[in-house]
Amino acid sequence: MKLCRVAGNVVATVKHPGFHGHKLMIVQPLDERGTDAGATFLAVDLVQAGPGDTVLVMQEGNGVRQILKAEKLPIRSVIVGVVDAVTT
Amino acid sequence: MYLGRVLGTVVASRKAEGLGGVPFLFVQPVDAKLVAVGEPQVAADATRTAGPADLVYLVGAREASMALDETFVPVDAAIVGIVDQVNRESP
Repeated sequence: MKLCRVAGNVVATVKHPGFHGHKLMIVQPLDERGTDAGATFLAVDLVQAGPGDTVLVMQEGNGVRQILKAEKLPIRSVIVGVVDAVTT
Repeated sequence: MYLGRVLGTVVASRKAEGLGGVPFLFVQPVDAKLVAVGEPQVAADATRTAGPADLVYLVGAREASMALDETFVPVDAAIVGIVDQVNRESP
């Protein structure tokens, strides 16, 4: 899983039905000090995260299908937690 | 999942089984600032309505084929949405 900051969101009307009812966020990967590390990507929000929140992002489709109880779903990245603190 | 800008269309008349009728588009992955990231790639268009210059979002790996009607087919990137708006926090 990756530590990320929510950097915004994406709105789409035409989309695969699997994305209906889900909020799609832009996430910025972070390093252990909280600084940006790598390119932004998109993740479905399952925990009501907001802009600026530090979150935990899973990038693995099988886990997503398990959480959303779906057999076939074209979703690969999901926000699974809002992070309170990171200690190093 | 990631954002991409459609560059053009790709036509292949001879394709692997299960890929018949699936449109392919040439896509440049972009970041939240819509700046190109990495190399352009060919993606199956699961929305069937995307076209050149459209901003889209894609899913990669095994999940790409799950966006298509036939879900056990050899693709590794699929367009799953056409972006209307990108809301980005300022930093």
